[in-house]
Formats: sequence, structure tokens, C-alpha cells
Amino acid sequence: MATQDLIARSATTTQPPSVRDTMEVAKLIDTSKCIGCKACQVACSEWNDLRDEVGENHGIYDNPMDLTAESWTLMRFAEYENPDSGNLEWLIRKDGCMHCAEPGCLKACPSPGAIVKYANGIVDFNQDHCIGCGYCITGCPFNIPRLSAKDKKAYKCTLCSDRVAVGLEPACVKTCPTGAIVFGSKDDMRNHAAGRIADLKERGFEQAGLYDPAGVGGTHVMYVLHHADQPQLYSGLAQDPTISPLVSLWKGVTKPLALLAMGAAVLGGFFHYVGIGPNRVEEDYDPEAGDPLPPSGEPVVHQVDPGVHQVDPRDPRSGGTPR
Amino acid sequence: MIRSRPIVRYTAGQRVNHWLVALLFLAAGLSGLALFHPWLFGLSGLFGGGTWTRILHPWFGVAMFVFFLFLVIRFARHNGMERRDWQWLRQMNDVVANREERLPEVGRYNAGQKLLFWVLIVLMLVLLLSGLVIWRAWFSHLFDLTSLRLASVIHAAAGWLLVMSIIVHVYAGIWVKGSMDAMLFGTVSRAWARKHHYLWYRHLTGEETPTTRTVHRPPRS
Repeated sequence: MATQDLIARSATTTQPPSVRDTMEVAKLIDTSKCIGCKACQVACSEWNDLRDEVGENHGIYDNPMDLTAESWTLMRFAEYENPDSGNLEWLIRKDGCMHCAEPGCLKACPSPGAIVKYANGIVDFNQDHCIGCGYCITGCPFNIPRLSAKDKKAYKCTLCSDRVAVGLEPACVKTCPTGAIVFGSKDDMRNHAAGRIADLKERGFEQAGLYDPAGVGGTHVMYVLHHADQPQLYSGLAQDPTISPLVSLWKGVTKPLALLAMGAAVLGGFFHYVGIGPNRVEEDYDPEAGDPLPPSGEPVVHQVDPGVHQVDPRDPRSGGTPR
Repeated sequence: MIRSRPIVRYTAGQRVNHWLVALLFLAAGLSGLALFHPWLFGLSGLFGGGTWTRILHPWFGVAMFVFFLFLVIRFARHNGMERRDWQWLRQMNDVVANREERLPEVGRYNAGQKLLFWVLIVLMLVLLLSGLVIWRAWFSHLFDLTSLRLASVIHAAAGWLLVMSIIVHVYAGIWVKGSMDAMLFGTVSRAWARKHHYLWYRHLTGEETPTTRTVHRPPRS
């Protein structure tokens, strides 16, 4: 099926097919409503037909311990002793791709079309174009993509782009038993979040807020956090995520400039050859035979008529007829 | 007469070693450029597509490094920078203008060649080390994201510098007639050796007091 609604395509310097404009969508995850049941993890596995290895219990609730090529979402559990209230807070965050408006993975990807961003904001990997270099992992400010050990391709949450394309909500949203995950237009999700934040503030969480980091142009997966001023409390959620300056340097304007310099070097050589000319040795000149030295600074190129045979009387191989 | 007897500049072993490195550079360079910028991704077709390019590139690089090491061992003793070499570099304008007679005398290698030798050693080392860090199949899991990002930038920059250096190196071989033959067939003419590498020539022929040098080299003003 052809795609007509791309606003960005990896390793592509011309405009991708983008005649169809669609509404920007977003998934809103309300950490204050999440009970850590992991139904979203199971629904993700179900819908996408992925079965990660059954891991081991490491003494904490996180299972698996990290995102993998087959676990695209993961509940991360953090225990936080609030110094103000003295309460022990269980901060649970559903981790996964944030679907950035300015995706670092897409910026870093060297393979045309392996990563695309749809007009609705979803950032998707096309594994049939993926070459397995892992640059998306290097580029991602949230450390999300994972290379599969099976096929050496990169995988991550698709925001159920297949479901959203036909008007369904993502599987994790559909299954969430507490309504902690909701899905809709980005504007609607912001409004919904505002209501939740007002409620949380009333209940004493004065720093409650929306996590929609501007450093990556906003995200299409957003969090409602009780402690929006300290996102790192939620298992290391980035305080102010941006595409790393190193990645921008690596994938920025430096590259075309570097290519220009290479082209200029080749052209420079060509025109030096044409302008100044090659550096030749006057082969007739033989210092050991006492030949006079060629005058310096003058061209040492001889125009030789192919009909004329030059003969050296001192060279026995050259016929012997005097010049 | 010794008139037409050429001088051996490179043995067969040295030549084969050099061209092995050159061919591996071509392979590593073209596959690297395919991943360098989207404009050049088409080069990946030379290697059987993007995935093959990703698989092969590091091996080309490692093989190039190994054979380059042998070149280093073969040529290091000829490439020590000496005082006259710095003077040679200061007269770069005379070099590019073909005013060779104004330059200080040159041994087996001129200062440009020596500089390239050391620059290549540094770049090859940097490329190897940064390349190992970003080699997902084997080593990347040992490093954190910041190291990976840094290594990616450094690898691209060093690769670019290497390509630039080799463009200069290749052009010098085209520009200075006789050099390409030296690396292809091993020999140079006596006149070539005398013109471009006078001290080396004198060392080989045992000529101690050049009779005609003063004519060839007017005193510098």
C-alpha cells in the first residue's frame, strides 16, 4: 500500500509523499492512575504477535528488565520517599517510544525510508529497509530502539500505526483497565491532561504537570506526572530531552560541507594539473654522463613528431646513425 | 653503461602490500561514504545493498588497518621528520608551483609524503578505535550512549580526513610523473631519483660531491 502522508523519511533529502494531511494524534499516559498491572505490556505483545523470552525475577517488579526488540513497552517501577509529605510513593511509568516531533532516530538513520514520520505524528520503523547499523539507538534521546538478535533489525513501539491507520486506538490504550492510557488528537489529549493536572493539584501535588518536552519538538506520547518538576524520579525520565549536540554535529550541515570539500579537493587537483601542469623529469638529462643540466623554470616537455626518430649515438641499442 | 639502468624504489612485496591497502581503502571508503550521507547511499549497491554494506564495511576497515600496519613497519624508518622537512613544508607554494629547484634537498621521502605517513597512522588508529565502539555486532554493548555518539562523530570526521588525505596522495601520484610507475612496477629512472629525491639518489649511488649542484640550485635570495 502506497503512503501519501509522510512528513519525514530517513536519509531522504527530497520531500517525501505528503499530499495527505491528517490530524496529529497522541497517547496520554497518566502515571497517577497507573496501577502497574502490565496489561498494556501483554496487549502490546498480543497485538503485535511478539513473544519475548520468559525472563527471571530480579527481585523487583520490572519484567523484563529492559525494553527489547520484542518488548516494545515496559512498566518501570520506582519507589520514592517524598521528603515533604514523608510518604512512600510508587511511581510507575510505562516506558516506550515517545514518538518525538523531531525524532533523533530518524535524523541518525542512514537508510532511506527505514524510519518515517507520518503526518499524524507517529514515528515508525520499516524493518524491510533497516540495515541493522543501530544508528537509531545512537540518535534516540530516550534510549528506546533495540536491535533484534534474531534478524539484526531495529524495533520499537509503532504506536500501533496499523490500528491507528484504520481508526482504532493502540492496543495498550484499549486494554488499560484504569483508563490511565488514553488516545486521541494531540489537542484533545492536552485538554484531558489539563483536567487531570488540576485534579492532582487540588489533591496536593502542586508540581503536577504534563510531560511534552519542547526540546524534541513535543512528543506524541505524553505523560501526566505528579512531579513534573522532577521527571527523573520516574525511572530516569529525561529532564529536558533533546537530540544530542553530538548527533546534530554528526548528522547536521557538517556532512554536506564535508562532501563539498571532497569534491573541491578533486576539482582542485584537476585544475592544478590543467593550470600548473604535471611535474615531469627530463629523461634525456643524465648527470652521470655529464649532460648539461636543463635550464630550470622552463618547461621540459618536448613536442616530438611521431615521424622523427631520435637517436642517441652513445646508446648501442639505438641504431647508431648520428643526429 | 649505467645510463639506462633504473633504480629500484619498491620491492614486489612493498608494492603488493601498498595496493592491498589501497584496494581495501577503496572498499572501506566507498562503503563508508554510502553511510556518510544520503546522497551517496547508492554506493551501497556496489556491495549488495545497505545491509551488506553495514556488514562488510567494518571488516574492510579492520583488514585495511592490519595491512597498513605492515606498510608502517616497512616504511617507518624512512619517514622521520628532519629539520629540512619543515623548511620544505614552509615552501609549499614552491611545491605546488613546480619550482622544485628552490626546495631543500629531499631524502627517500619528501616532507609531504612523511607528513601523510604520520597523518595516516593517526587517522587509521582513530578510525579503528572509534569503529570498534560503533560496531554493533561485537562491541557496542560495552559502551554507553555518549561514547557511541562521540565515536560516531569522530569516526565520520576521521573518515572524511582520510578520504581528503588520500585524494591529495592520489593526485600527487598523478602529478609527479614516474611515481605511479614506481609503485606499479617498482623502479624509477636515475633522473627521476635525482630530481625528486636527491639525497636518496646520492645515498644509493655513493655520489658524495655533486659536481653540478650549484648550477641546478641557485642560492636562495
